[in-house]
Amino acid sequence: MPTIANEKYEAVIGLEVHAQLLTDSKAFAPVSSEYGGAPNTQVTPLCLGHPGTLPVLNENLVRYTIKMGLATNCKVAEKSIFARKNYFYPDLPKGYQISQYETPICYDGHIHIELDDYDKRIGLTRIHMEEDAGKSIHDQDPYHTLIDLNRAGTPLIEIVSEPDIRTPAEAYEYLKKIKQIVQYLEVCDGNMEEGSLRCDANVSIRPRGQEEFGTRTELKNMNSFRNVERALTYEIERQIDLVESGGEVVQQTLLWDPNKLETRQMRSKEEAHDYRYFPEPDLPPIIVTSDLLDEIKEELPELPDVRFERFVKDLGLKEDDAEILTESRYLADYFEEALDILDDPKAIANVVLTEVLRVLNEKSISILDFSITPERLTELIQLKKDDKINSSAMQSIFNEMLENGESPLELAKKMNLIQVSDSGFLEPIIEDVIESNPDEVKRYKEGKKALIGFFIGQVMKESKGKANPKLVRELISKKLELN
Amino acid sequence: MKNLLSVQEQLQSGKRKVTDICEEYLQTIKETNSEVNAFVSVDDEDVRKQATNIQQKIDAGTAGKLAGMVIGVKDVICEKGKKVTCASHILHNFESVYDATVIKKLKNEDAILIGRTNMDEFAMGSSTENTIYGPSKNPANSDFVVGGSSGGSAAAVAANMCDTSLGSDTGGSIRQPASYCGVVGLKPTYSRVSRYGLVAYASSFDCIGPFSKNVTDAAILLEHLAGDDPMDNSSSAKPVENYSEAVAESSGKLKIGVPKEYFGEGLDDEIRQGIEDRLKELEKDGAELVPVTLPHMKYGIATYYILATAEASSNLARYDGIRYGHRADFEKIEEELSLERKELKKAAGTSTALEAADIDSPLIRLYKKSRTEGFGTEVKRRIILGTYVLSAGYYDAYYGKAQKVRRLIKQDFLDAFQQVDVIVSPTAPTTAFKLGENQDDPLQMYLNDVYTISANLAGICGISVPAGTHSNGLPYGVQFMGNTFHEVDILRAAKQFESLQS
Repeated sequence: MPTIANEKYEAVIGLEVHAQLLTDSKAFAPVSSEYGGAPNTQVTPLCLGHPGTLPVLNENLVRYTIKMGLATNCKVAEKSIFARKNYFYPDLPKGYQISQYETPICYDGHIHIELDDYDKRIGLTRIHMEEDAGKSIHDQDPYHTLIDLNRAGTPLIEIVSEPDIRTPAEAYEYLKKIKQIVQYLEVCDGNMEEGSLRCDANVSIRPRGQEEFGTRTELKNMNSFRNVERALTYEIERQIDLVESGGEVVQQTLLWDPNKLETRQMRSKEEAHDYRYFPEPDLPPIIVTSDLLDEIKEELPELPDVRFERFVKDLGLKEDDAEILTESRYLADYFEEALDILDDPKAIANVVLTEVLRVLNEKSISILDFSITPERLTELIQLKKDDKINSSAMQSIFNEMLENGESPLELAKKMNLIQVSDSGFLEPIIEDVIESNPDEVKRYKEGKKALIGFFIGQVMKESKGKANPKLVRELISKKLELN
Repeated sequence: MKNLLSVQEQLQSGKRKVTDICEEYLQTIKETNSEVNAFVSVDDEDVRKQATNIQQKIDAGTAGKLAGMVIGVKDVICEKGKKVTCASHILHNFESVYDATVIKKLKNEDAILIGRTNMDEFAMGSSTENTIYGPSKNPANSDFVVGGSSGGSAAAVAANMCDTSLGSDTGGSIRQPASYCGVVGLKPTYSRVSRYGLVAYASSFDCIGPFSKNVTDAAILLEHLAGDDPMDNSSSAKPVENYSEAVAESSGKLKIGVPKEYFGEGLDDEIRQGIEDRLKELEKDGAELVPVTLPHMKYGIATYYILATAEASSNLARYDGIRYGHRADFEKIEEELSLERKELKKAAGTSTALEAADIDSPLIRLYKKSRTEGFGTEVKRRIILGTYVLSAGYYDAYYGKAQKVRRLIKQDFLDAFQQVDVIVSPTAPTTAFKLGENQDDPLQMYLNDVYTISANLAGICGISVPAGTHSNGLPYGVQFMGNTFHEVDILRAAKQFESLQS
């Protein structure tokens, strides 16, 4: 894989991100836009492009887009209009896509991204509303292309960045931030692999210090975060090599091939479509009143940056921990639900960041599908805090809780893991251990104090994990000093 | 005069039956449609079933408000389970899966839908000659056209094949054929009647409206067509006025604007004289005639043919042969393409030349052929024109400019309506022309709409009422235009004008 280490050139990157909105119904038709129905079952005559049908605006399309705009510091246009983007394709039943052109509903925003050694502000040119096309399926019938129009009319927003991005790493962080925000707002599930978040890039290079932009190429088909970074790296390298060897960058659209790890030409400038945009006459202008704006502002959840600050400042969490906890809204929600029950941010963070995240990673599931409720988790933590169980017992019980809905206390009892802090029970075991390990006792007394761990371990083993290690340490030290 | 109210009286009293009325109309259609060609399809059995059903409701006292009205429907308005062809080959086999909002409303009020009427293909034309069904012929003289594009609907009413009919008016397509056939035709304010189920030609102009034999029926029918529709975001939420009551009342002292631009060059002398004489009579009746000016009307046709064709080029993109409608023979296309490739290879000798020649992909050729075979000449002309004016580099000069002129035209009317209630003009510059006369001269054809087109650009309402018979034996109409949502004003003016003649 090529790397970018070029003193001479810098890249100029702008990203266009399409996010599929989680509205219940389509952008302009009262029918479900949920993914995965049998082909052509989620359609109305409008979705099929039947004559005489008219689009009817789904108000949630407007609300969700405004949410995204407000969350990314955009201005919201009081009045904007829809436009038709005209082109022929079999999965575009009306022969045009309803989109926005000259007047996007949100514009002039920005977000902040954090890299290892610096922060950066990336401008957003615009966010506009549009509808998705259907799906052409080329690989199921040897002779025909099949068309599924379930997706036709699914609401999308297109988020266009300013050409403020300079490296593939910045692009990666930008995308991560966009994904985080759409998920926080619950306007999009942010799943790039399934196509609910899609990214195209405009890339050019220029000698460092030059103001003017170079000729750009457009990159498409980068269907994962990793692929965006790889494709950009490849394309920047390609452009630099080209210019260095005396060539010129040609304006064209390139497809990223994730298998071959290279870009190839899709269409040149000459073949570029003339979409013949014009105002959509079937839909009146979208008027955003200050009342509506206030209402939507009220609905906005706490955004990730703000939440992070609060976790660090008010809860006293470490920055790294706060960052991981706030990366997903749902993980942070889970954490805070637990915190509402048990006021011990550090203890909860500790379990969430280790045990919970481990399970989520192992099973590749989201926190929303995690089987242990925040209530149960806090009960477990409370057991530990009360010294009723020790750490290793906690882990065993946690693992059992994944499959078993009973309370941690019940499980601890059943698994016989309630910690024994009864010296009457522990002392015979300790004496036993000291008697059967005279060598270690001798060395301990000679000054090898680290051997205390060995004795504790032996006692824990003999007690089948139930002993309170703190008490064991205390008792053993006392015993050994006396002997 | 016989209108729905008098018919309903007879139905109520049991003197007549809806079933009989329908039989009479079916009989007239049987006798005269082969000559007039107003209807493209009439399902006798279906009509009889509707009639029987509605007669039962009348007998039970549960009939709707339009019971007794027999209505023809322009073949551009969707009726569930019926063929909706728009007189185009590309939709010759297309059946609608849903009812247009206006059809639903008519069915709810127990109107009888007697059949589908002839029209210019996709409502593009002024003569009902651009149709796969052959031209409709003027009931007054079958050598002459009926006007268009809603010519079948106008002729059906004129030839007494139904009481009323539905047409659509994008640039004059209701009012001009009403004038040519001697019936009443009303174009409502844009957005007053839902467009859901009206096959789109130019969405920011299209209006559904009624044809009738008298102003009262037009008022009654409009009352039931109009209203807000959740299926059409462009429909108006304004409450619908009681038009039928309004026309029954005296109109009081009407202020009628007379724009000099509408009585100038190009207008038939006899029509000018006829209308002027009638206006004098109205004046005697108490109306006030006020000279007004609409200076931008002369740009109407040019503006319209940029904006309407632009919208049409997009609206008609869906007819691609992929999901429904006419599709070119794909096997033939594949043969054709392989032959072209072979020929080219023979001629050029290399495969690079083959690539350079850029022969269509099978999909692109399928689009081209399906649309080439499916659309008629006038439709193609407008698609090409509309595509051109929206193209990169031309948009500002054509579409952008035309939108500005459209606003100026609208402003002219707003200014004029500050002074007057309605504006009067001839509906068309001449009486109906001969079949075939303008077929080779589209520009001459477009001039037929010179007096009607501005109302569509401005979005205001207009009505054409019969004004007399020309010495050539053909009827002609007068047009009253009213401000947006002032249907009451034009209906009253039309009613007053109508009563002059009887």
